[in-house]
Amino acid sequence: MLAYIVRRLGVLGVILFGSSFILYNMAAIAGDPIGELRLSNDPAAKQAIIDLTLRLQLDVPPPLRYFIWLKGVLGIFVGKADFGLTRDNMSVFNEISQAIPITIRLVTTATIVAIVLGIALGITSALRQYTRFDYSMTFFAFLLYSLPIFWVAVLLKQFLAIRFNDFLSHSTVHRNSVLLLSLLSAIFWGSIFSRVRKTFWITFVSAALGTASLLLFMNQLEWYTNPRLGPITVFIFSVGIAFGVTHLSVGLSNRTALYSSLTMAVLALVIYFPIQSLFTAQSTFWQMILLLIVTIAVATGVSFMFSRIDRGPLIRTTILTAFLSASLIIVDKYMRTWQFYLKEDAINYRPVPTIGQVSDLLPQDDYWIRTLDILVHLFLPTIALTLISFAGYTRFSRGTLLEVLNQDYIRTARAKGLTERTVIMRHAFRNTLIPLTTIIVVDFAGIIGGAIITERVFGWYGMGTLFNRAITGQDLNLLMGVFFLTATLSVLANLIADLLYSALDPRIRVGAGK
Amino acid sequence: MKFGRKKDLETTIESGENAIANKEVEGLSQGQIVLKRFLRHRAAVISLSAITGILLFVFSSLDMKIGPFHYRGWWKFGVDDLPELRYGDCPNGTVGCPTISLRPKFLGGAGIQLGQHPFGQDDIGRDYFALVMKGTQRSVMVMVVIGLFAATIGTIVGAVAGYFRGTVDNVLMRFTDFIITIPSVVIGSVIGARIGNLGAGVLAVYLGLFAWTGLSRLVRGEFLKLRELEFVDAARVAGASTRRIIFKHILPNAVGVIIVSVTLLLSGAILLETALSYLGFGVVPPDVSLGLLISQYQDAFTTRPWLFWYPGLFIISIALSINFIGDGLRDAFDPRQRRRLTKKDKARAKQISREQAKVEK
Repeated sequence: MLAYIVRRLGVLGVILFGSSFILYNMAAIAGDPIGELRLSNDPAAKQAIIDLTLRLQLDVPPPLRYFIWLKGVLGIFVGKADFGLTRDNMSVFNEISQAIPITIRLVTTATIVAIVLGIALGITSALRQYTRFDYSMTFFAFLLYSLPIFWVAVLLKQFLAIRFNDFLSHSTVHRNSVLLLSLLSAIFWGSIFSRVRKTFWITFVSAALGTASLLLFMNQLEWYTNPRLGPITVFIFSVGIAFGVTHLSVGLSNRTALYSSLTMAVLALVIYFPIQSLFTAQSTFWQMILLLIVTIAVATGVSFMFSRIDRGPLIRTTILTAFLSASLIIVDKYMRTWQFYLKEDAINYRPVPTIGQVSDLLPQDDYWIRTLDILVHLFLPTIALTLISFAGYTRFSRGTLLEVLNQDYIRTARAKGLTERTVIMRHAFRNTLIPLTTIIVVDFAGIIGGAIITERVFGWYGMGTLFNRAITGQDLNLLMGVFFLTATLSVLANLIADLLYSALDPRIRVGAGK
Repeated sequence: MKFGRKKDLETTIESGENAIANKEVEGLSQGQIVLKRFLRHRAAVISLSAITGILLFVFSSLDMKIGPFHYRGWWKFGVDDLPELRYGDCPNGTVGCPTISLRPKFLGGAGIQLGQHPFGQDDIGRDYFALVMKGTQRSVMVMVVIGLFAATIGTIVGAVAGYFRGTVDNVLMRFTDFIITIPSVVIGSVIGARIGNLGAGVLAVYLGLFAWTGLSRLVRGEFLKLRELEFVDAARVAGASTRRIIFKHILPNAVGVIIVSVTLLLSGAILLETALSYLGFGVVPPDVSLGLLISQYQDAFTTRPWLFWYPGLFIISIALSINFIGDGLRDAFDPRQRRRLTKKDKARAKQISREQAKVEK
């Protein structure tokens, strides 16, 4: 195993060397950094040419200059990496380390949402194979595949951001919109939850009525300018989560797990008021992390008290419930920050921005308003990125699950008399996740450098913008810096994916034979 | 006992279904079976006719010079014509709005007609319909060239690596690996930033030279699998040359995988071209492409949305049709794929299985 990893790392080194060499020379030939200056008649241009040539060592031919660059990069192993200077005499290393957190902020949420949603819908449509739901999901996925992201982005800006801001000024959902939304939700839920016509109509009608009354109720409360959940709603949702999570993970017949999860829901209600005093303007990110750890610790403790045997699944179920209920409380806090956020001068009741990563004019003293501002700026890019990438996950998880369901061990599991839930969740779903894990790992590495167009459309200053600047400004060192990071991440991710695959699937052994 | 009987019936029905499936392909060649399966995929057939229609429509619309021939398109304006800008009767005091009307007269519209400038006019009055047609031609051309190059290189590299294995395989696959490490947008931008000035054709060739990696991996896998099968051994024993084995025996069996992934590659290629042109690294003015049109007029969206809608509409309809055709082809080439049986088929399946049961008695 170790020999395999070492050999692979060696090959990776050679690959990285080769591709960076090719790209360096190609980029050097394609773009002349002093080309524009040469055409200029300005006497200062001559001096600029001399300066640039000296600083970027342009008098050295590109193939040789590559090795100067490489020597700097290899300094990474002795602790002082030198990625060279940009045209503006800045350190490439600093520029990149400033851009990475922004890119991560931009793509993490979108990727997680895309993965969770994509897998959920993919699995559902595989379980409803050849139904109308399946066909419409297929169509939807292909449509999303075919959308250019810059086109979607402009549409989102127009129809989601500007229209939503307009909507907030009168903030009631119109009668026709209520009808339309109820119909859509009725069709969606009806087609998921029904095998026969009767249950279809029952789900259809209840979903329609539920959505309509919820929307009307929210209109009455002026919920859109002053949203909140409140302790009772948090409790009801938590109970729902407890039932749902237990049903999916161990089954409702496992009473201990159910009670343990329900305790979490009760705890959410109990701590709702005390915890509000912890949420002050001076809260920090680390406090939230601490709260998360405490939540998990409490959940583990409670589930230990409940369980005698077979602790693992029960603990997982309880922790998941606790985590989701805790998130509800946080969401509730953000909802109640919303109206104060709207009142800020920098926002002035037009909260959804079409461009930028933060509102510059917003006072930075309140933690909740500051982070809500970040979240609001994430809104549009996240939707755009999610729409583009989630179709892939849907198709992939659907295909994999269908393949798994045809395996002999599924038939065996059914023949043993296991419940359908156990067959799907324990036997089929877990095996579906194996190939999914590997593509997720590779995707995560890919997106660090990948959001070039999104960043451009929404005016973010992350890795994509750096890359853009490097190309348009013929900035070779910057380009190579960005490329080196993304390429290294992507080859490493491929290696990790292979190792994960063999760890997860005992039939696959890496390094066995040649 | 009820349960057991139900199972029995199901197995007999299943054998009946098999019988139907077998009967359907009786006496047909592989190509005919694939064609039959493809024609059954409704979405794919619709997409195929849609894309044929779109391409005929687009490529016949404008004047074209092919060598000595001069083709006259049916549309009255060209890209370089500068008709007068239309003032008045546009919403919000804008100029050059589209004249196309799809609402019939009896519904209160102006009747179904194209009008003078169906897609409107751009800033200086050029006919936007002609621009979109020209842009679609460019984008489709780039897409096809990328597809051709990627398909040829990918198939050859994959076939050679898969068939010869060993050192050849190692060298070729490591080469593929390091082409893969360079993301396509990066390579496209670097190439496009310089080559873009040389014209769309050269750009497409260069992009094609870097787009074959995924395909070559697939083809290699397929060849590795197929070369171990008995019929290849038989051909080798019979004294067939390597070239003959590759082209006559293995390649026809791998053609399904190749065609399907090339189709999907095509829809990726048109999106890549439009994305690059949007970033300004692809097709550059004065040439026209769909991505370029969107990029040039995205700020006009609030006032003159038609400058934005139509190019996007063409990108989506082309990419969507290709994706559906790819899906249909995958189903058609996959021998495990069986169509969903209708009620009528199920009744026939029962009938057949009963008859079989009678014969067995």
